[in-house]
Order: sequence, then C-alpha cells, then structure tokens
Amino acid sequence: MPSRNLSAIRRLLDEVGPVDPTGIEERVAKYGTRSVKKAAKVFGLNLAVSMVDLTTLEGKDTPGKVASLCQKALHPHQGLDCPTTAAVCVYPAMVKHAAKIVKGTEVKIASVATAFPSGQAPLKTRLAEVKAAVADGADEIDMVINRGAFLAGELSLVQDEIASVLEACGAATLKVILETSELETYDNIRAASFLAMQVLRPGDFIKTSTGKTSANATLGNNQVMLEAIRDFYLSTGTEIAMKPAGGIRTAKQALTFLIAVKETLGDAWLNNQRYRFGASGLLNDLLRQLVKEKTGCYQAPYHFSESASSY
Amino acid sequence: MPLKITKTPKCYVGGAFIRSESGAVSPMHSLSGEFIANIPQCSRKDLRNAVEAAAKAGGWAKRSAYNRGQILYRMAEMLDARASEMADAIAITEADKKTAAAEVQVTIDRMVHYAGWTDKYEALLGSVNPVASSHFNFTVTEPCGIVGIIAADPFPLLGLMSLVLPAITSGNTVVALASSAAPYPAILLGEMLATSDLPAGVVNLLTGKRSDMISTFATHAHISSIAAAVNQTDAITLQQGAAENLKRVSLFDPETHWTSTESQGLDLIRNHLEFKTTWHPVGA
Repeated sequence: MPSRNLSAIRRLLDEVGPVDPTGIEERVAKYGTRSVKKAAKVFGLNLAVSMVDLTTLEGKDTPGKVASLCQKALHPHQGLDCPTTAAVCVYPAMVKHAAKIVKGTEVKIASVATAFPSGQAPLKTRLAEVKAAVADGADEIDMVINRGAFLAGELSLVQDEIASVLEACGAATLKVILETSELETYDNIRAASFLAMQVLRPGDFIKTSTGKTSANATLGNNQVMLEAIRDFYLSTGTEIAMKPAGGIRTAKQALTFLIAVKETLGDAWLNNQRYRFGASGLLNDLLRQLVKEKTGCYQAPYHFSESASSY
Repeated sequence: MPLKITKTPKCYVGGAFIRSESGAVSPMHSLSGEFIANIPQCSRKDLRNAVEAAAKAGGWAKRSAYNRGQILYRMAEMLDARASEMADAIAITEADKKTAAAEVQVTIDRMVHYAGWTDKYEALLGSVNPVASSHFNFTVTEPCGIVGIIAADPFPLLGLMSLVLPAITSGNTVVALASSAAPYPAILLGEMLATSDLPAGVVNLLTGKRSDMISTFATHAHISSIAAAVNQTDAITLQQGAAENLKRVSLFDPETHWTSTESQGLDLIRNHLEFKTTWHPVGA
C-alpha cells in the first residue's frame, strides 16, 4: 500500500513540480515585515471585510443564531462605512434559515456539505447533501476531499469524487477543502491542489481547511496553494480562487495574507470573487481596527456584537 | 577581576518580560551620574498590548476573595525576602538609604493591609436595601475590569503600589505606567511579582515617558477606570479622553506623601468598583 501511495503522488508531482519547503518558509516570513499604515491599512481592512465568509459551524447552531449571523454579515457595524461580507457559511440544515434573510442581497450563502468535516460518508449520501443544500438556496458549496483515499494513493478516486460533487452543485460555486493539516507535507498540498484544479471550473475555489482540526490555515499552506493557482493559471489560463479558513483571527494576520496574495497572484486576485477568508472571529477584529483608524481610540472587543471581554 | 554582568531591564507584561515594541530605550543614571542601565521606553502600542494581556487575566476576578488575599500576602512575602535589593534599587535616585528602606517596609505593610481587605470590603460597600414591594433588594459590587494606573515620580515603589493594590484587591487587572524619573524599582517589582503566585496579566508594568502614553490611557475604550498621580495638564487630558467611554478617573496629587496611612483603605478600593442592584421576588 505505501509504495502505491508514494508512486501515485510522486507521478503527479513529477508533472507539476515539487515544493521547496525552506523557500516557502523564508518567503512567508518576509510578508510580516511589510508596513501597511493609514489609508492603505483602511483599504486592506475594508477589502478583508468584503472577503469574509462569516462562518458558524457548531453543533449548537440554531435558526436564531444563523439569523443574527446573517444580520451581522449584511450590517457589519453601525457608524462604519464598510462593505458587507462576501457570504455566510453554515451547515446544510441552516441554509433555508439563512436564505430568508440574505437571499437577494450581495451576501451569498455558502454551505459546507459532503459529510463535513470528515467526509467519511458514502458518496451517494454526500452528493444528496450537496443537492439538498443547493435546492434550499446555497450559492456556494464547501466540500471536503477524501483524505483517506488521497493518502492511500487513490488519486483518481479523489478526483472523480470532486467531479461528481461539481456536477451535483449545478450553478453553485464549489470550494474544495484539502484539509492541509491532514495532508502532512507541502508536496501533498501542492499535489492535492492540482488534483482539484484539474476538474474545477474558473472561479471555483480551493480551500485550506475545515477549521475543525488543531492546525488550520497558515501562511505557508496559503503560499503553497497560491503558487499552485499561479502555476495552473500560467499553464492553462484557468483562474482558480482561494480560501484560507480557520485560525485567522486578527486583522493583522488578514493583512499579511492579503500581502501574500498581492505579491504572488497580483491585483486580479484581490477581490472576493478570487479570495475569501473563512472565519468567525476575524470580522470583529477587522471592525475594531477600522473603528480605531476612524476615531484614533483603541476599542474594546465587547463593543462589536460579541460577548467576549477578551481578545 | 570578574567581568561585570550588565543587566537588561525588561517590563513585566502578561507574565512575561518584554522589551518595548519600538525597541527604544532611555539610559538611566545614578545620583552621581554613573550609567546604570537602559530602561525600555514603552510606546502606546506597548500599552495596547498590555491592555490585551490584562484582558486575558479576567479569571482573577473569579477567584475567591480569600484566595486573592492569600496571593496579595504572598506578594508581601516575596518583597520582604528581597527588601534590601529593592531598597538599593530605590537608592539609585534617593540619597537617603534609610528613606529608601522605609519605603520598602511601608510597601510590604500596605500589601498585607490590602490582603486583609479582599474578603471584607464587600460587606461594607454592599447593602440590603429597604423597598416598598415584596422584593429583596441587594446592592453588590463588581470590579470595573481593566484599570489604568499612572504613578507619581517620587516614591517609585510605594507611589506605584499604593494605586495598584486597591485595584487588584477587588479583582481588577491593571496596566500601570511607573515613575518616569525612577523606573528601576518597577522593573525589579515585576521580577518579584513573577514569583508571587499572582496570575500572569493581573499586573502589567510599563516604563517610559508619560507624554507618549497619557492620551492613549485616556481614550482606550477597554480601560474602564484610571487612577493617576499627575499634574493639572495631564489631568485635563485624562478627563477629556475618559469622557469618550465614561471611564472613572481618580486623581491624586503628584506630591502625595504616600507613607501616610491615609493613602490606603476602603475609599481607594471603591474607586474601581461598579455597583449592581438586584431585585429578587420574595418567596420565589
């Protein structure tokens, strides 16, 4: 089994080229050194707000909680002239509750499907879940890949499943979650990125993680995937979008991720059609920094529709 | 002759010892003009970080009053064990060694004083109120949250702790700017607090220029109460900024002689408390 595993992924990497891990780490370490202040910072913060997929994915989600999440997405903060978020991201059962509020607005409804977060359900069940979410009004579907199959070297199975989900999506945008923390190496992340991109349509997303494991989106993983998108675009002309998710909590982190996008893919990817943040807490920190830039006063977290008294 | 080990003074913030975020330092000299060390010159960003550290120490208010008292007493033990070292630190800028030693002794006494207050102030400040309907009506106190302290220049240890102690007695967490003229005792104090069972982030000590941070102390929305021993001009800055988020501001004469027992007690604890009144139906 291991030999088959190695050879299949290695053959793919021979095609698309491996990752230089040290180079990636060195590269992303530099992003934190860029100084973004004043007008540029406000631009970056507003851009980040417009890229947020405001997410609630908990067992205790209720229609009421989803409703307040939707209102937050539509009206992030009173007294601030900032954009709406890109989307709300909820479980399939909550799509119809979100649809009542955001349908017909700029805010899209994203739904995780395909037995999120493990993906360990029969394909038939996973496809039915996707179809149900789309029928209820989901504009975007976040699927998880079959990591078990990927690590076992059954790459064509993984790719076929992505293609089946894509078909089930119909007109809905698809986001393919690689769950980078379970892929273990940068090489695997790059290989999985290409595997997904080869069947995706222009404008579909690859996404780092579910946010349900200990390790989430990092600058390193983000960079590997951005470079995969760049290389894929240069060789095929297909523009694939990117969504890091999980672990991005502060405005400063978000700005650093945007710098990575700007310096790897350029301005064409600096919009919410091409780049998103999957996050729940990030929006409040972005708003906090925007109010700070506007008033000059540091703000307390509890003024941003959150019960939290800490950061 | 052994090589002299020069020390890098660092500020005690969030239970860790930090340099200023800006990297700036200012040299400190003894009375005879000898160079002692470079003291971190903290900026408003260090203040922001310290407030975030103080916010993470909210568990302090949830500890039992008795436990807070034990820890304040432990602080006194830690200072007592290193009293002569602290007296030497004060003597860098204080000519009279006896005065320096006395300041340490009064500070130790004051720590013990407030250690006794932790489980008693509530009984004196809270009340059961007479009402005309069939309700029990209570008033209880709650700590404000994060308290900003700006210490006077004289009495670098006692002046600082006389403002810090009443705030932490009731469960507040503190961000304090030490004496600008004599910051070294606050640096040393941080090293003692680190070994005193006081949870990280409850007391955060910054050094630097008052003018760099005073307006940020005044306007920071997460600081809910301020105690400051400052001059008239700084007092106006604080009160104007405090109006933004309705902070409490307690002002003290910068020339206060802190050794007096009038500089301690219940009134100073009350400065950093909120009062909550609850109506409870009789028989429910």
